[in-house]
Amino acid sequence: MTSIKKNIPLIDQHDKNGLWGGKFGGNFIPETLKKPVEDLNNLFEKLRKDKNFIKERDYYFKNWVGAPTPLIKLENLTNHLGGAQIWAKVVSEANGGAHKIYNATVHCLIAKRAGKKYIVGDTGAGYAGKMLSMAAKKFGLKCKIFMGAKDIKRQRPNVESIRKNGATIVPVTSGSQTLVDAVSECMRYWVSNCDTAHMCVGSTVGPNIFVKICGYSTTQISRELLKQIEYEFGEVPKKLKLINCVGGGSSAYGFWSKFMDFSKKQVEMIGVEAAGPKDSKLHAAPLSRGGKLGILHGAASYICQDRDGQIKETESISAGLDYPGVSPLHCFLKDTGKARYTSETDEAALKAYKLVTKFENLNPSLEPSHAFATAIREAVKYSRDTVIIVNSCGDAQKDKDILKKRLRKLK
Amino acid sequence: MSLSPISLAFKKCREMGRPALLTFTVAGDNTKKKSLDILKSISENADILEIGFPHNTPIGDGGQIQTSSYRSIKNGFKVRDIFQIVRKYRKIKNSKPIILMGYYNMIFQYGENKFLTQCKKSGINGIIVVDLPWPENKIFAKKCKKKKISFIQLLSPTTSKVRIKKIMKDSHDMCYYISMLSTTGGKLKISPKKILENYNKIKKTNKSKNLVIGFGITNKTISSLKSADGLVVGSQLCKEITKSIKKRQNPVTNLNKMVLNLKRRIS
Repeated sequence: MTSIKKNIPLIDQHDKNGLWGGKFGGNFIPETLKKPVEDLNNLFEKLRKDKNFIKERDYYFKNWVGAPTPLIKLENLTNHLGGAQIWAKVVSEANGGAHKIYNATVHCLIAKRAGKKYIVGDTGAGYAGKMLSMAAKKFGLKCKIFMGAKDIKRQRPNVESIRKNGATIVPVTSGSQTLVDAVSECMRYWVSNCDTAHMCVGSTVGPNIFVKICGYSTTQISRELLKQIEYEFGEVPKKLKLINCVGGGSSAYGFWSKFMDFSKKQVEMIGVEAAGPKDSKLHAAPLSRGGKLGILHGAASYICQDRDGQIKETESISAGLDYPGVSPLHCFLKDTGKARYTSETDEAALKAYKLVTKFENLNPSLEPSHAFATAIREAVKYSRDTVIIVNSCGDAQKDKDILKKRLRKLK
Repeated sequence: MSLSPISLAFKKCREMGRPALLTFTVAGDNTKKKSLDILKSISENADILEIGFPHNTPIGDGGQIQTSSYRSIKNGFKVRDIFQIVRKYRKIKNSKPIILMGYYNMIFQYGENKFLTQCKKSGINGIIVVDLPWPENKIFAKKCKKKKISFIQLLSPTTSKVRIKKIMKDSHDMCYYISMLSTTGGKLKISPKKILENYNKIKKTNKSKNLVIGFGITNKTISSLKSADGLVVGSQLCKEITKSIKKRQNPVTNLNKMVLNLKRRIS
C-alpha cells in the first residue's frame, strides 16, 4: 500500500490505471464507455488548468451557489454536553440546500464545454438530482434524473423540486429500488447515449474520472473552511476533529481535502456511515462494518456483498447514505489510517437530530444527523480545547415526512 | 498447431458458407436444471453457446437479460453452479464450445486463478468479461491463454482506430463487436449496412481473427448481417424464456424452435 503524499490533491494520487493505493478505483467499464470516459478525462485535465474555467467556476460558486457557507458555533449544544466545542459548517445554506450543488455546477460547466445538450444523473436522497436539475436549468441543458422507486416515495419534496426544474425523472424499479439501482440504470443509459449525453455521477464514486470531478468540486467546502477556521481561531486548532457522514463520500472528501497535509494528531477526520435500523443486518457501512474489496459501478472499493460477489441490499433511514459501496478515496484513507470510520443507527441519527434542533437554530437532514450522533457521543470525552466541526451538508426539508412519522414514535 | 474448439466451430460454419450462430442464455434461468436442458436442446442448432453468470448490478445489460439474471439469482444461483451445469452439459454427444460471459466482480471474489482452474476442469472454452476492458484485462487474458481458454475482447462503435489495432493485437482467436451504442437487447438504431461497414473495418485489421457481432440481433435482423463470422442472439432468447414462463409453456421447446428458426435465416 502506497502512502498519502503531501502537497498533491488526493484525487490525483492514483496510478496510471486510475487506482488509488494500487487497488481502489480504476475503470471497470464496458468497452463502449472507454472513449467517452477518456474524452471526459482529457477535457477535465485541460479545464482545471484553464484560468477562464476556474474564474467561471468561482463566479458561479460565489454568485449562484452562495459561497462561502457559514461556519457557526453551536454554543447551546456545546454547553449542554459540557465537553469539546461543537461547530457546524452549514453547507446546507448553499443554493438548493446541500453540497451536491458543487458537483452539479461543475458537471454542467464541463458539459457545456463538451458541447453536450443533455445531462443525466443519479440520485438517492434526491439532492444530487435536485441540484443537477437546477444547474441544468441555469445553464440551458436538458436533464434526466434516475431515481429508485423507493426513494421517489420517501424523498417527495426533492422529487417535486426536480420536476419543477423541468427535468424528467426516470423511476428505477429493478433490484432494491434505491440509489444503487439508480446509478446502474443511469450508467446503462449513458452506455446507450454517450454520443449525445453527458453523465454526472452524484458522488465520489464510479469510474476514476467521476471520482475526480466530484472531489474537485466539493473541495470548495474545505477551501472555505480553512479560511474560516483561520479567521475564528487565528490558526488551525491543536486538536481539531472534522466529522462527516459518508454514503458515497463526496461531502466528506470535500470537507477534508484541504486538511490532508495536517498530522492526524492535530486534525482527525471521522467518517460516519449508516448502520441502518437498530437490529438490522442490512447496514450501508462497508468501511466500518467489514465490507470486502470488490467492483461496483466501474470502480473497486469496499462493498457490502455476499461471497459470490452479488451486491447486498442495504437499509438506512437516510436515502443519501443508503449505498452498498463507497468512494475509493475513502477506502484509501481508511487503509492508510489517515481517516477513521464508524457508523450510527437510524435511531441514533434521529435522537441526534432531536437534540441538535432542540438547542440550535439548525435543521440538518438525516445524513448529517448521523455525523451529529457521533459528534455528540465523542464531544463529552474531550475538554473545551478540542474543536469538533460537523459538516451539516444537507437540509432536513426533504425529510419532513419521515421525521414527522419517526419522531412521534421516538417519544 | 491444432485449432481451438471455438476456431473449429467457426471453420465448420465457414465451410458451410454461413456465419456461426452464437446463443446467449443465463445460467440458472429459470432453474439450474431448466437452463441445462435449454443448453442441451439448443445445441442442435447453435454453433457456440454463451452462458451468462448472473450479477445483480449489471451495468451493460438491458431489461431482458436483467430479468433473466434476477430470476436466476432469486432461484438460488451460485457461481459454483455454473461449473456444474457445464460439466453436465459436456456429457452430451453433440456438445458445442461454451463461452462464459459476466462481470468481473464475480471472478474477482471467486479468485482469478481458482475461477480459471474450475473453467478448465469443467470444459469452458472462452470467457467474456463485460467490465474488464483492454488494457485492464491484459493480465487476466494472459492467464486465460495459459489455460487454453480464449479471452474474448470486445470492440464497440466508440473504439478508436488506434485502440482497435492494439486490442486486436492482444486478442485471442475470437473477438466480439458491439453493434451499436446500447446495452444488450436494445432496438437496432443504426442500419445493418452501417454495422457491417464498421465491422469490416475491424475485420480488415486482422482477418485471421473470428469476429462476431452482438447486441440488438433478433430473427428479424439476423439475415441482414450474415456476412459476419458469427452472430450472437441473447436478449431475444431471454425474452422468450420470460414469455414461456408467463404462458406456462415449456421454455426448452420454445427456445429450440427459436434457435432453429434463427439458423434457417442465416443458412
